[in-house]
Amino acid sequence: MGFQAYGGNGWLLTKMEQLINWGRSRSPWPLPYGTACCGIEMMAALAAGYDLGRFGAERPSFSPRQADVLIEAGTITKKMVPILKKIYDQMAEPKWVIAMGACACSGGVFRTYSTLQGIDNVIPVDVYVPGCPPRPEGLIYALMKVMEKIENDHPLRKHALDLVEG
Amino acid sequence: MSLKDRVERCLGDYATAFVECRGDLCVEVPVEDVLKVIASLKDELGFDFLSDLFGVDNSVLFEKKAKAAKKKKKAEDEALPGDDVPPPPRFEVNYLLLSLERNERLQVKIRVPEDKPEVDSVTGIWKAATWPEREVYDMYGIKFKGHPDLRRLLMWDEFPAYPLRKDYPLEGQGEERHLSYTTTES
Ligand code: SF4
Repeated sequence: MGFQAYGGNGWLLTKMEQLINWGRSRSPWPLPYGTACCGIEMMAALAAGYDLGRFGAERPSFSPRQADVLIEAGTITKKMVPILKKIYDQMAEPKWVIAMGACACSGGVFRTYSTLQGIDNVIPVDVYVPGCPPRPEGLIYALMKVMEKIENDHPLRKHALDLVEG
Repeated sequence: MSLKDRVERCLGDYATAFVECRGDLCVEVPVEDVLKVIASLKDELGFDFLSDLFGVDNSVLFEKKAKAAKKKKKAEDEALPGDDVPPPPRFEVNYLLLSLERNERLQVKIRVPEDKPEVDSVTGIWKAATWPEREVYDMYGIKFKGHPDLRRLLMWDEFPAYPLRKDYPLEGQGEERHLSYTTTES
């Protein structure tokens, strides 16, 4: 879709939705939720070498209330489930979730009594990143997919529908 | 004097068996005397550091051993009726002790029967035993008498089984965490 606008000296004409999507997709502040070894790879992606900040994920937000994208990197044990759910619930809408690594996607190698077999049992997931662990490039690609998803969103239409129904 | 002699002299009749393996000494003591034994090892032989405490479930091992023994017996003498020796108690609790001063290590082993899985807690002697004892309780269901706070350590509180027991399946029995958490708005 991309951002289309007409502009001149001191004015800009575009669609409200596109403007909102442009803003949202260029600032997907991540909530780094690294619970196991994948977390290390996520840190590498956030640090200077791979620099996730180039895509607007400039500020890892350690408070869920100020985050847009939950990067769930690592194993989730069943004991951890309520905490994950709580963190997800604390995030303000709109929010997106990246399940990073085999563990987060499906439980991975830990097909055991203690491990949650995929975080999509508990919270909705937007992008899955396979790998054990995925390389930082994989995470960057996932973030770009999230941005794509945001760009194709219709925030105002949703809002209007809510108004009609609600 | 070798470590074995010293331990033997210190514990006397409490030591029921010694096993030496690759330079490491393991002494077996009766389950009800563990507090006395640990205390005297600490005070008299200077084992001043508890490096680990863990449980073992031997049920599968004993079953295999019993089967092998039966086979052997059958091969040797078919006519004799099998006099079944009762297997040793199912669980073990092991204490790994370290003497920081002399750089010596000692393993103390107690065997815990399945029908009475109770052991005196050594938290009065070593505070460091608090979490390992909770872990053993969590994984094997062995209760530690006198433990200040005997809750599960790794699994959640309502978990219904003891997962490191050998009869517990690896993939679990379908226990799911009940999502009980409180939110401000409801
Ligand atoms: S997917 Fe692999 S690297 Fe990632 S948390 Fe699981 S085991 Fe660790």
